[in-house]
Amino acid sequence: MSDTADRVQKIVVEHLGVEGDKVTQEASFIDDLGADSLDIVELVMAFEEEFGVEIPDDAAEKISTVGDATKYIEEHKG
Amino acid sequence: MRRVVVTGLGLVTPLGGDVETSWQNLIAGESGAGQITRFDPEGQKATIACEVKGKDHLWGFDPDKRVDHKVQRQVDPFIVYGIDAAGQALEDAGLTDMTDAEKERTGCSIGAGIGGLPGIEIESVNLHERGPGRVSPHFVHGRLINLVTGQVQIKYGFMGPNHAVVTACSTGAHSIGDAARMIAMDDADVMLAGGAESTVNPLGIAGFAQARALNTGYNDRPTEASRPYDKDREGFVMGEGAGVVVLEEYERAKARGATIYAEVTGYGLSGDAYHVTAPHPEGKGAELAMRMALKKAGLGPGDIDYVNAHGTSTMADTIELAAVKRVLGDDLSGASMSSTKSAIGHLLGGAGAVEAVFCILAMRDGIVPPTLNLHNPDDGTEGIDLVPLKAKKREVRAVLNNSFGFGGTNASLIMQKVD
Repeated sequence: MSDTADRVQKIVVEHLGVEGDKVTQEASFIDDLGADSLDIVELVMAFEEEFGVEIPDDAAEKISTVGDATKYIEEHKG
Repeated sequence: MRRVVVTGLGLVTPLGGDVETSWQNLIAGESGAGQITRFDPEGQKATIACEVKGKDHLWGFDPDKRVDHKVQRQVDPFIVYGIDAAGQALEDAGLTDMTDAEKERTGCSIGAGIGGLPGIEIESVNLHERGPGRVSPHFVHGRLINLVTGQVQIKYGFMGPNHAVVTACSTGAHSIGDAARMIAMDDADVMLAGGAESTVNPLGIAGFAQARALNTGYNDRPTEASRPYDKDREGFVMGEGAGVVVLEEYERAKARGATIYAEVTGYGLSGDAYHVTAPHPEGKGAELAMRMALKKAGLGPGDIDYVNAHGTSTMADTIELAAVKRVLGDDLSGASMSSTKSAIGHLLGGAGAVEAVFCILAMRDGIVPPTLNLHNPDDGTEGIDLVPLKAKKREVRAVLNNSFGFGGTNASLIMQKVD
């Protein structure tokens, strides 16, 4: 697992209170990890903080899986 | 009107994370007070409080037992305490497995006096330092007073009345009184009722200290600071926690063979119409509330065995006592009266509910809890049993529980044993 994926997984585990092995790159925040739309807002804020990236609302709306988040961060982090 | 009884109890207090630990410590004369650990109190006029202890403490509270990890992260501590106390009460009542039809007739009335002050403080600083885009999306609903009720009803699927009282330090008593009326009026068959509070944060401590309400002279002797009726009292000690009871329609409780702790027979409410923080100097509002509760219960002054006083360890203690004397008689007609705030501090919106649970346990066990630190009783207390220092055995068949709050709001509850 890449460093980014590893850190994304940790944040998701901490915020959603789910088991680490459920947080696969394919896992959907809402369908698989029990998040609601506000949880995703909070997760996006946590990713921004952790990686020093800005994730605008229109980009955030397209993030539905853990992999989507990892990919976006990889492409935009400094 | 339908009769209303108590069939379940739940507590999170500075003396324990559950009912029995809290009660056993209370009657053993333990104090929940200590130096504030939740934040660094340096620079505060008051550096002590009665905090709910962490799970590593012998009397500690373990939030993981009944509150989801995700919820814990999103909400203020008062909501966590409230959800847990409600869960305890439901388990105690044996009502964790209700049908959908029963859930539609089950509601909540769990309030708070102030609500999520710690979270408001944290997010205000966050907004100021880092901007609006960093404010938590859970900020609002994680701080709202009615979100103990909201969280509990979502967790257990209850679809009856969804209610939350906000009457400062009378909240817990009003919550139980209002909920009892909802059952009596056939709005619901079962209600979880009570109050929760947690304002042991810099803004809460500073605010009450600036209002000249908090004890500030015993910072080096925390367990001696809360001393209701004592000549050397000089302000209340902040407490935190939650108390919740299960109220149930009597025939329903009897039919299912529930343990019936007590019947809620009297409820009185009034306003002082005098001052925002000070009670009416003659305690007229308090007297009105007590008289109304007695009348509703159909009891006379000699029928009350135990009074759990509001007794915050402020100058107002003697005002309350004078009002109780006018209602029950100069010797309280033999009733014992104590303030359990001497041990757990003032739980604000949680106080009336936690104290109602203590009243019920006093009836169950035939023992009245003590007023700690009462070494030099103030003038006007002569001939009255204020249960100084040590708990006392006595039969208790009827209790009067008083709560008064800022804004001049008064509530009195009467509960009785059911034969």
